[in-house]
Amino acid sequence: MSGGELLLRAEGLKLRFGGIIAADGIDLSLHEGEHLAIIGPNGAGKTTFLNICTGYLTPQGGRVTLGGREITGQPPRRITRAGVARAFQIPQLFTEQTVLENMLIAGAAHARRWNPLRDLHAIPERRAMEEMLELVGCTDVRDRLASELPEGKRKLVDIALALALKPKVLLMDEPTSGVASADKFGVMEVLMNALRAARVSSVFVEHDMEMVRLYATRVAVWAQGVIQMTGRPEVVLNDPDVIRNVIGGGHA
Amino acid sequence: MRPALIAFLVLLAVLAGLPFYADNLTVFVTMCLAKSLAVLGILVLIRADQVSFGHAMYFAIGAYAAAFLSSAWRDIDLTLLVLAAMAASMVAGLLVGLFVTRYRGIFFGMINLAFSMVLYSILEKAFHITGGSDGMRIRRPTLMGFEFKRAEFDIVMFYVSLGIAAVCFLLVWRYLRSPLGQALRAVKTNETRLEYLGLSARHVLLAGYVVSAVLCGLGGVLMGTVQGLATPEHGFWSRSAELVFIAVLGGQGHVAGAFAGTVIFETVRTFAAAILDDSWQLILGVVLIAIILWAPGGLVELWQRATRRRPRPASEPVETGRQSMEVRR
Repeated sequence: MSGGELLLRAEGLKLRFGGIIAADGIDLSLHEGEHLAIIGPNGAGKTTFLNICTGYLTPQGGRVTLGGREITGQPPRRITRAGVARAFQIPQLFTEQTVLENMLIAGAAHARRWNPLRDLHAIPERRAMEEMLELVGCTDVRDRLASELPEGKRKLVDIALALALKPKVLLMDEPTSGVASADKFGVMEVLMNALRAARVSSVFVEHDMEMVRLYATRVAVWAQGVIQMTGRPEVVLNDPDVIRNVIGGGHA
Repeated sequence: MRPALIAFLVLLAVLAGLPFYADNLTVFVTMCLAKSLAVLGILVLIRADQVSFGHAMYFAIGAYAAAFLSSAWRDIDLTLLVLAAMAASMVAGLLVGLFVTRYRGIFFGMINLAFSMVLYSILEKAFHITGGSDGMRIRRPTLMGFEFKRAEFDIVMFYVSLGIAAVCFLLVWRYLRSPLGQALRAVKTNETRLEYLGLSARHVLLAGYVVSAVLCGLGGVLMGTVQGLATPEHGFWSRSAELVFIAVLGGQGHVAGAFAGTVIFETVRTFAAAILDDSWQLILGVVLIAIILWAPGGLVELWQRATRRRPRPASEPVETGRQSMEVRR
């Protein structure tokens, strides 16, 4: 167990869609300073877990707490305000606005800047938002419409939007899928440095085992709605069962 | 100074001189100003990609608020009528808005329509209170305690309408550029992300809805006072559709579209009606089809095309459908 303070905790989560069991008694916790990777075959319920933690789905059993306070089934906006931000597998951007405007809306939302007569571009958070774009390497596309970006950049902007909220916990769904493979490690390096600098703990769903080995402080193996194993990456990724069922499986 | 601001001030100056060089047009332009306020309200909602087919109800609420006050107190001041109309449309917009902002798209449009038709029926059936389909008179109010004769009053109403419209257009222009107004556009493209930024898409839309209701209410009180009458017709569904029609004609890219659209619409209607009897609707229908096919951004888009120095290269992707090109900064 990591030494930091307990942040996010799921206890006995249960959720099934018809015959598909997404979660069947999930216990998982995240402590301050941890970067927890969730690995497992497609359709195992990894994204569902993120959806439950952010209130998008309500579990049929069990509960989720943040810093000891129960947040199960609260609307996403309230959980976001409590300090859990989310980045998506498919980037969720405001496609008709520029990248900077996307960031400024996030900044205004976080600082609650609702003066209807003040230009969005004139909010005090503008500098911080530009720095955030710099941090994820998107300054070059600052004034482009979000809909015009290549997938890799969209992904980074999506993560920057989440980071703009200064969360305690960031949940990421395959943070580097869609990023050109030559750039993957560079992007992840930048991202993890940003998280460490901002003291943000994270949970990320990942299929690339090399990424997990390099950046996770702990790994949870998710299969058939249960956590089969958790532990340090060098232990979990060398476990024969895990190699056979998860790593060997979909990712030859 | 920005070119748009200069254009705004020039237009304001030209209009302000109207009673001196074309006083036969003052009532016409006053009515255009009143209606353009309601169209501006529609425009605000279109930012969030929502089209209401019932906003004439707020127009009627504005007019009837003035009518009730006017029949209760003989020498009431115009300021009070305007304030009452704003308050009434704001409260109504908030109450109806709490309900309708749960819906999007066609459902949003139809539920607004349903509310407006309920109001229309009440106004028509409760004739002992509302005067039925004949409506209610709005007596000529005083302004700051001064009384005016009919001809003078037309001039007064013209300047009052011009002042209110100028302020409203400026405020809405700023509102749409503010975080709240920009979030309104975000309601159109990604409500999920809005929620995950800690915002309620519904509340963002509700704010826009109340703004649009108050704009329609203001339009209603000005129109009602100019005509000296509030009738259920003001809230009939075809009036709501007309507002949407003008908003599409004018274009959604800029607030100026609301005014330009209204002036063109009313001009075509007035002059085409004089020449061609009942076929002015036919002409407007053809114009609307042409706009949707070739300039979905309405008059605003046509203006931008005309004033842009070089034409767009054909290879550049052109947005289709109801989206429009946006004037940025």
